[in-house]
Amino acid sequence: MEGEIAHIGAGLAGLGCGLAALGVGNVAANYLSGALRNPSAAASQTATLFIGIAFAEALGIFSFLVALLLMFAV
Amino acid sequence: MATETTASTASACVGPNGSAIGMPQLCGDWVWNQVFWLVLALVAIYFVLTRVALPRIAAILAERQGTITSDLAKAEELKAQAEEAEKAYEKALADARVEAGKIAEQTRAEIRAQVDEAQAKADADIAAKTAESEKQIQEIRASALANVEAVAKDTAEALVAALGVSADKVTVDAAVDKRIEGQR
Amino acid sequence: MAENTAGAHGAEAAQGEGGGLVFHPMDQFIVKPLFGDGAVHMFTVTNVTLWMALAVLCVIGLMVLGTSGRGIVPGRLQSVAELAYGFVYKMVEDVSGKDGVKYFPYIMTLFLFIVFANFLGLLPMAFTTTSHFAVTVVLALAVFLGVTILGFVKHGTRFLELFWVSSAPMVLRPVLAIIEVISYLIRPVSHSVRLAGNLMAGHAVIKVFAGFAAIAAVSPVSVLAITAMYGLEVLVAFIQAYIFTILTCVYLKDALHPHH
Repeated sequence: MEGEIAHIGAGLAGLGCGLAALGVGNVAANYLSGALRNPSAAASQTATLFIGIAFAEALGIFSFLVALLLMFAV
Repeated sequence: MATETTASTASACVGPNGSAIGMPQLCGDWVWNQVFWLVLALVAIYFVLTRVALPRIAAILAERQGTITSDLAKAEELKAQAEEAEKAYEKALADARVEAGKIAEQTRAEIRAQVDEAQAKADADIAAKTAESEKQIQEIRASALANVEAVAKDTAEALVAALGVSADKVTVDAAVDKRIEGQR
Repeated sequence: MAENTAGAHGAEAAQGEGGGLVFHPMDQFIVKPLFGDGAVHMFTVTNVTLWMALAVLCVIGLMVLGTSGRGIVPGRLQSVAELAYGFVYKMVEDVSGKDGVKYFPYIMTLFLFIVFANFLGLLPMAFTTTSHFAVTVVLALAVFLGVTILGFVKHGTRFLELFWVSSAPMVLRPVLAIIEVISYLIRPVSHSVRLAGNLMAGHAVIKVFAGFAAIAAVSPVSVLAITAMYGLEVLVAFIQAYIFTILTCVYLKDALHPHH
């Protein structure tokens, strides 16, 4: 029974990955709209873009990790 | 991948049929092995990079930069030389043109001088010859007149003698002179 | 990490085999000795050794053998080596500043190792060394400790100004300082988990789809999905190496210029 609850928890934690995907998409979309408004400044901001994507994605990876821990380690 | 592993694998993380129990990433038995080999790999890469690769690539890039810069400088120099050569050529051309004009002018002046001289000489010759000719004509005319007078006197004397009139020579001559004078 | 997980695994082992999948997506991450079967000790030659050695050989092949011609006009391999050099060099210079260039070899080492480990892991039957937390935690801790020590050596206690946001109102500063300290301490965790998690997730998903390929009705979809995931993984392999490197540069910048 406990294992099944853990699996349900893992599934719920998996939702976090999808939400992180929303966050990453948001970062990229805003970068693109900004880049189209001012293309000359876009190239200098790609590093910032990737850092933002990395931070947004890290939280999704955390929830993925929580899911894995619930699945395999609890 | 791990299916060929035998059941005797001595680890708490691998089941008897060779598949993983739980997450292999969380297996404590393997951590130090991985850490050891990772540190070894990183140290190896670090030494290869700092001892050989990075200085070499930096040298290649610097050399390329240097080559490009010196090539540009050389090209600049060659361009300057070409411009200079063109300028010199233009100058030489202009000089030659001026020189040619000068020579032509000089030659023309020389020729004109020669022509003038020759013309003057010819004019002088012609004048001298003309004068001489005139003198001769004058002489001839004078002598012809004198002859005419003598012939007229002789003829008149002969006529007078033929007419039977004796007249002295002096009178006849005077009369002839008078007539000639009147003719003239 | 080692102690508490070992206990958890004991419980798991007692419980019996986890999951009823015929195809175990996590089996590809098992560390096993290359020669014979036995316990994996610290100095045992394992598949970790093999794939890390291959990564080192690839680095040598690209950066040393590739540039051995020293051509003014580069060949293919030399172009790639110069590209990698210029890419990382420019990243360090742009993000960390001019004085960060001194630490360029360390960052280049990290970048080349992660890039080659990621790409070698994409070969079929390969073992992905960077999908293990043990590996990425060492990488991230090396960066974290190195950067923190460097910050204290360079600036002494003034390095702590990094956490004291002087542009914020006085009331908020203690709260912000706590948040900053927590986010500073969580850096190595996110730094390492991001890399390992991305690679593990991608490889596990490919394996899961491969398991579905056994069912005849969905196998074409599954093969297409594997192809698409593989393409995504090629992208992820590079992007994660790039992100790891650029975050290292960001942390280095914080250590060199701690003032906000």
